[in-house]
Amino acid sequence: VNVLVCVKRVPMVGGRIALTPDGQDVDTRLLGFTVSPHEECAVEEAVRIVEKQGGAVSVLTLGPPQAADQLRDAVAIGATTPILLETDGREWGPIATANAVVEAIRARESSEGVYDLVLFGNEAADTGDYQVGVRVAHALGRPCVVGIKNIELSDGVVRLRREYRGGEELFELPLPAVIAVKEGINLPRYPSLPGRMRAKRAVVETLSPSFEADPVRKEMLRVPATERQHAEVLGQGAEAVPALVSLLEGLGIVP
Amino acid sequence: VSVLCLVEHDSEAAVDASLRAVTFARDLAAACGAPVLTVSVGKVSGEITEALSAFGVTDAYQLEADGLSAYAPSAWARALSQLVTTLPASAVIAAGTDRGQEVMANLGAMAGLAMIANCMTVSRREDGTLAVSRQRWAGSLIEDAVVEAETPILTVAVDAVLPVEADEATPTKVHTYRPDLPEEDLRVSVLSWTDRSGGISLADARVVVGGGRGVGSADGFAPLEELAGLLGAAVGVSRVVTSLGWRSHSQQVGQTGTKIAPDLYLACGISGAIQHLAGCQSAKCVVAINTDPDAPIMSRADYAVIGDLNVVVPALVEHLRARAK
Repeated sequence: VNVLVCVKRVPMVGGRIALTPDGQDVDTRLLGFTVSPHEECAVEEAVRIVEKQGGAVSVLTLGPPQAADQLRDAVAIGATTPILLETDGREWGPIATANAVVEAIRARESSEGVYDLVLFGNEAADTGDYQVGVRVAHALGRPCVVGIKNIELSDGVVRLRREYRGGEELFELPLPAVIAVKEGINLPRYPSLPGRMRAKRAVVETLSPSFEADPVRKEMLRVPATERQHAEVLGQGAEAVPALVSLLEGLGIVP
Repeated sequence: VSVLCLVEHDSEAAVDASLRAVTFARDLAAACGAPVLTVSVGKVSGEITEALSAFGVTDAYQLEADGLSAYAPSAWARALSQLVTTLPASAVIAAGTDRGQEVMANLGAMAGLAMIANCMTVSRREDGTLAVSRQRWAGSLIEDAVVEAETPILTVAVDAVLPVEADEATPTKVHTYRPDLPEEDLRVSVLSWTDRSGGISLADARVVVGGGRGVGSADGFAPLEELAGLLGAAVGVSRVVTSLGWRSHSQQVGQTGTKIAPDLYLACGISGAIQHLAGCQSAKCVVAINTDPDAPIMSRADYAVIGDLNVVVPALVEHLRARAK
């Protein structure tokens, strides 16, 4: 099984998001970087599929040169071929991103064979566009489902499950297919020491697609106005319990 | 020209998020001097028509074709793209639900249209382009953007717009539209739906007792479970708790877990990372129990107890038990 996972480098924002003075970006000077949680799970799922069925996992990202770090993180848990679509740091929109990913997939498939599965995260943690994977699927003429929390692969067919209104929906797609997964599909492993060594040595294949502007222009970012408030302190430790109980009564939660 | 809004329904009634999207679509239509039309897959019931009429919808299109009875994102999008061309529509709106996002992404991909996800507001600029504000980081940041696309697709953040009926009801004409669906669009279709509900669902719970890293271990959840039982609450957890394997991901509250909207959220030992706050911002009242008075959760909490949850929660349980006797 030949699997490609597409990931995006995003800052680890922690408890509060600070913006740059011009309001164009998240201030990342004090932040580390990671990939979106759904995508961590996509990488883990790809590695599990290949461990069970044989094959190889490639991992691709579009981002600045430093996004190679996130590709190496994927190599550290079992991906073998890291591919970077290097940008100059400008933010790419979902249409341009999908076009560049499609071009890279076509180029690789023409020499290396078709990817049976192309995995994405359901949505990126930062921009939350909910569409890059679907656009890639349509451009390649492949079936696609998003929000997947279980993948079973056998005999050229993939069975996919996801949650919908307190239940579980089942899909069955022919291969090759494109799947966007959600966190919870698995619990990603920690990299092993040999994995980390492998990641350090891995050669990142780098391409430089040319920037295209999406027809949606970001003017600025802002923090929602209602965010901050001061909590009323009910008390310290167990002595706060009577006040807590009155509050529950006030809300009609206990009689 | 017209503004077309996808209305999801459960055959009887329109879903709440779709009525919010209709409200958003109506405001945009008014700004453009255009009517607001809706499209739904399958029969539009009398009850739905009545609601659409109250919301100021002039025409409701119901899509009928073989293969559309089961949910099929690509086929739904194909049908929509044909209707968009036929009408023609100048903008397409849908609720930012799982299905709304998926169908609109498929529509954008197959029709070559831009899709702007999780919009909160929209207005028309003098040059005819649209100004939108939309959610990033699941609502922890807002982006103001200008849409310079032909026939943009906008999804509406489910917690950003209230469903508001029009000042005056409009008679709604129901039309049947029969799309022509190529075989390949029907490859992706729901084969079955299995009920997995049981107990109190986190998404719908009136009270949620949340536990974070401060709970300390998988076993540490016993007092929280007990408290939840006494309050008729569901138990929710932060991402670190599922990452550590203490609890199942199905209990995770947050950006990549479940979004909750209870009357009371009792957040115990949760520091309040952006990831988590994005999932509980619709809670009506937040009470934080935390040893750290400067934890980020405090800036979102209405009330706080400064202390160790492993002391406070058992004391609260004991108090509630004594009271019940």
